Amino acid sequence: MTDNVSPIAARGDESPGLVRRLRNLEPSNLLWILLFGVLVVLVVGPIGFLLKVSFQEGGNGAFTFDNYIEAYGRWRYLQALINSCLLGACTAALSVVFAVPMAWAVSRTNMPAKWFAWASVLGAFILPPYLTSIGWILIAGPNSGWLNEGWRWVTGAEAPLFNIYSFFGMVLMIALNAFPFIFLFTKAGLDMISTEMEEAAAILGSPTWYTSLRITLPLVWPSILGGIIIVFLESIALFGVPAILGIPARINLVTTQLFQFFGYPFKMEVAAAYAMPLLLITVSLIYVQRLLLNRKGFVTQTGKGGERRELEIGRWKWALLAWCGFVGALAMYLPGYTMVVASFSEAWGKGLSFSNLTLANYYDILFVSRLTQEAIVNSFYFAGVAAFCALGLALCVAYIVTRGLVPFANVLAFLCMAPFVIPGIVLAIGFYAAYAPPPLSLYGTSAIIIVAFIARFLPISYGTAAAGMRSINPEMEEAVRVLGGGRLTAIRHVVAPLLKKTLFAGFLLVFIPATRELSAAIFLVGPNSRVMSVLIFDMTEEGRFEAVAAIGCIILVTTTFFVWLGFKLVGRDFMMRTNH
Amino acid sequence: MAKLDLNGISKLYGEARAVDNVNLSIEEGEFVSLLGPSGCGKTTTLRMIAGFIRPSSGTITMQGRELSSASTSLPPERRDMSMIFQSYAIWPNMTVAQNVGFGLKLRKMSKSEIDRQVMDILRVTRMDHLAERYPAELSGGQQQRVALARAIVVKPGVLLLDEPLSNLDANLREEMRFEIRRLHDEFGITTVYVTHDQGEAMVASDRIAVMNAGRIEQIDSPFDLYNKPRSHFVAGFIGRTNLITGRRVNGHFEFDGFNLDAGGFDPDAAMRTGEVDFSVRPQLLRILPAGAATAGHSTVQAVVAERSYLGENWDYLVRPVGSERALRVSALPADRHEVGANVLLEFDTRQMVAL
Repeated sequence: MTDNVSPIAARGDESPGLVRRLRNLEPSNLLWILLFGVLVVLVVGPIGFLLKVSFQEGGNGAFTFDNYIEAYGRWRYLQALINSCLLGACTAALSVVFAVPMAWAVSRTNMPAKWFAWASVLGAFILPPYLTSIGWILIAGPNSGWLNEGWRWVTGAEAPLFNIYSFFGMVLMIALNAFPFIFLFTKAGLDMISTEMEEAAAILGSPTWYTSLRITLPLVWPSILGGIIIVFLESIALFGVPAILGIPARINLVTTQLFQFFGYPFKMEVAAAYAMPLLLITVSLIYVQRLLLNRKGFVTQTGKGGERRELEIGRWKWALLAWCGFVGALAMYLPGYTMVVASFSEAWGKGLSFSNLTLANYYDILFVSRLTQEAIVNSFYFAGVAAFCALGLALCVAYIVTRGLVPFANVLAFLCMAPFVIPGIVLAIGFYAAYAPPPLSLYGTSAIIIVAFIARFLPISYGTAAAGMRSINPEMEEAVRVLGGGRLTAIRHVVAPLLKKTLFAGFLLVFIPATRELSAAIFLVGPNSRVMSVLIFDMTEEGRFEAVAAIGCIILVTTTFFVWLGFKLVGRDFMMRTNH
Repeated sequence: MAKLDLNGISKLYGEARAVDNVNLSIEEGEFVSLLGPSGCGKTTTLRMIAGFIRPSSGTITMQGRELSSASTSLPPERRDMSMIFQSYAIWPNMTVAQNVGFGLKLRKMSKSEIDRQVMDILRVTRMDHLAERYPAELSGGQQQRVALARAIVVKPGVLLLDEPLSNLDANLREEMRFEIRRLHDEFGITTVYVTHDQGEAMVASDRIAVMNAGRIEQIDSPFDLYNKPRSHFVAGFIGRTNLITGRRVNGHFEFDGFNLDAGGFDPDAAMRTGEVDFSVRPQLLRILPAGAATAGHSTVQAVVAERSYLGENWDYLVRPVGSERALRVSALPADRHEVGANVLLEFDTRQMVAL
């Protein structure tokens, strides 16, 4: 409603043409142009260049379709595409098995110790998928994993019980990391259903299990499907798990194939062409997901539908609680514990004994190796700067969008949200294509990584900032202005203090994932700009699992600290909202 | 010279006319209400006065100085006004005293002067004991008082109120109506008050501008607005009424199923010819037992169709014999008539308003 009123526009200007037009530019319009420019660099540039180089010959830049022909002309490459889709589907299915019973138990039943389910979910979030994999290699590696060693010792068998270097191993690892998405979506759906829906069935004679299957579950089906889509997309775009488990198992996936195009011989143009399916699948599935979740007339979407009472499920509640514990153990407690033990071990193969105990791994990482020291510093430095910039940018855009300061403000909002449909690995290739070659030649600099991180996490910042701005009634600012304060006075004295929580949340929500981001970093790091996640990947290839575990523990401890800080400063719904 | 003048202001949103050629002149120290149903353009008008919205055409002037026109608009912070918002817009990050003192701080007053004036105004609004509280610790009514204090303490040229009582419960609303009028009488600030509640407008205002579909239908004192409505809309919106159509035939008005002698009407109404619409307030009708003596007033035969007892009065629907439509009649509790009873319906024709 607020029109743009400015004393500048009021002045009768005689000076003609450009000078006058420039003078009539209002500050908010200048800001719009500035923000638009920044967003073009962050979002439009990489995607534009990705498209462009996919049609260019390497070296001379002439127009060609050869890249596409090469990318889809070999069975091995097509097989990778199929494998990735299969991986995504299997992971989504397994995640549903993990998450839906937990969500139902937490939302609708009288299961005791619900915080325990939450702890499992949170633990899965805290441990990045490549660390889960490291932990599980130590558990279920074919030779030295204690699970398999124990199996051989007990049964005397030759073959391992469970080999983590397998297709199912990857499915399990990703599912253990991604099931919280389905949990959160399903729980949000279940929370919206009034108990009266179930009671209406019960009064007609339907038993509890029948009601749950025929009434409750169908009502949240769109929410579950929304979660499935997110898990599917996470899986096909993930780099860490396929790289750590898939390459040794000789299972080719889209992301690892993309990585190989960046190896020798270097085929960036083919990689760009090969990244297109990932981009298209993501864009279209996100669109489908929005349709699903926006479908009108579904009870789940009509808001709080009356009272909810917990369902009495007798001794089944203990079974559900055990299930939550089991999932939590697989996702967090087992691999986490294994990693901690390994990080204090001289050699993992020697087993648990006092003589095997050492602090050398930590000492090396923190005080001896320049490489690891730099990577640790870089990780926090890049993440901090990226989170700060993304938040600043998002706040400016959110402010002028929610206050309707300039026409076409929605273009800015759209650009801020656009990276949401771009997989991190695709975005990284786009950044490489746009800014790594001359004239900018940013390859290997801190700048290109920071900028890529900003773009990658901008949707999270924008979501938080926009929600924060929407929660401030514009009348709060109007009250300042009508009393004689300008817009800046209103922002300083009213908007900024009220946004304090949003600022903390927005910073941490980007900082935490950015400290451990692998997909977007792997193509952009140079010798002097390595980060912890990339280092872990390199050292895993070299088989130095004890040192890897120590770095993993450092990531684990710092992440836990910042998540704790988030809960402390922001409140209970930190990181647990479904709208990001 | 009038304090505030709206000269033919309109506001278009695309094709839609939110405000349509509104003219309004407000004197120094006057209390004027903009009254109308939701969507009638009253809040848009207020926000144009405040400077949050620029009019599409027309001008707004304050003591002859132009504030707003289609091409230019002085920003709200330079209009020497203050405003009370529907949500109160009390800043939750400041205490009551800081909220109230904010406008004074912007006016670069000394700390001691601010403190003195803040405490003065808080005493007037009976909030001085809560000066150090934060808004979250206050009730709705107390927040309302803070908003009032914050708006008045800067001694604005014009005070604007945007449905300030709509979020309060009924009892508090009644109390705050009088509070707002009391503060107006004490400080004499020129005030524009937007509301959809006629009770609020009637209690507080010197004049009321009734708005409908972006236009001002009538501007008058509360008394004249009620007793001399000039349009169907005003008659129907201010209080309850029966709208009946009569045709002037020879010496009387012919209504649906009954006639009334034109001699008893107000001379203006009696002069009219052809079809005339009348507004008849339920209080101006009386029900008499069938066969009762009539003291000069016009009566018609009628039947009681429905009734409900509201405590303070009876609410009857009475249908004149031969008529399709029942008329609403408000009667004292002692006037009891059974449903279906034959009665006489007495019209106070002199007070029936021709529209």
